[in-house]
Amino acid sequence: MALDQSFVGRSYPPTDPYEVGREKIREFAEAVGDANPVYTDTEAAKALGHSNVIAPPTFVFAITFKASGQVIEDPQLGLDYSRVVHGDQRFVYTRPVRAGDRLTVTSSIETIKSLAGNDILDIRGEVHDEAGEHVVTAWTKLVARAAEGA
Amino acid sequence: MTAKISYDDVEVGTELPAQSFPVTRATLVRYAGASGDFNPIHWNEKFAVEVGLPDVIAHGMFTMAEAIRVVTDWAGDPGAVVEYGVRFTRPVVVPNDDKGAVIEVAAKVGAKLDDGRVRVDLVATSEGQKVLGMSRAVVQLA
Repeated sequence: MALDQSFVGRSYPPTDPYEVGREKIREFAEAVGDANPVYTDTEAAKALGHSNVIAPPTFVFAITFKASGQVIEDPQLGLDYSRVVHGDQRFVYTRPVRAGDRLTVTSSIETIKSLAGNDILDIRGEVHDEAGEHVVTAWTKLVARAAEGA
Repeated sequence: MTAKISYDDVEVGTELPAQSFPVTRATLVRYAGASGDFNPIHWNEKFAVEVGLPDVIAHGMFTMAEAIRVVTDWAGDPGAVVEYGVRFTRPVVVPNDDKGAVIEVAAKVGAKLDDGRVRVDLVATSEGQKVLGMSRAVVQLA
């Protein structure tokens, strides 16, 4: 059954702050095999004008995707997560994520489409720091494939 | 934020140095831990086959993370990447052998934008098949 269009525009409460740890950034950079010193060496980061080590461009997804669980698990929306695949992902940065940031995510449903029995859901995650400044917006497109025989 | 590349030194069509990124089952286990995405389709072959996949597949976000390295290595400062988006068109299948899979990434400047920014268009393939579509980054150059 197609998802209810009236959920478009619905916004969920901001998450509790996620504190970005420098060892977590290091672990992520090592996991993707990226030896850029700006992820691990404070002096190298400062040489590029950053106040602390920064995170790779896709690091923040772990935080925004966890936050989007509010939408995915909203019983009123009724998304069948067992049929969901990740369709698109996009980030628009005001500034890079850096170690020590305490980030909150506000998720909202931007669009809901139904195409050939598939439900397509665009979730926008607005990420702000402790001072309330915008850091990054993440758009996550989830596609719930049509159930067999539906 | 200090990119190594100057806006004036690039043109539409300027190619970034291409790179190849190997991916094995061990890579995926490590990425699962670092990212917190423990979906068994990324490490459990039996589970992956049961849900209709040919084998274990790489996390789409892993492929996305590797592809942007062509841009961040070129720009010097990863903080110069101000926008980045991809479409996950096809999974990267990672067999349980000594070789695993390889993600090949090519990129070129697709457009020169205002304020010293350029749009970089990326092409990521594995086994000759495109694995990311509409893969674009906007980079703030010096």
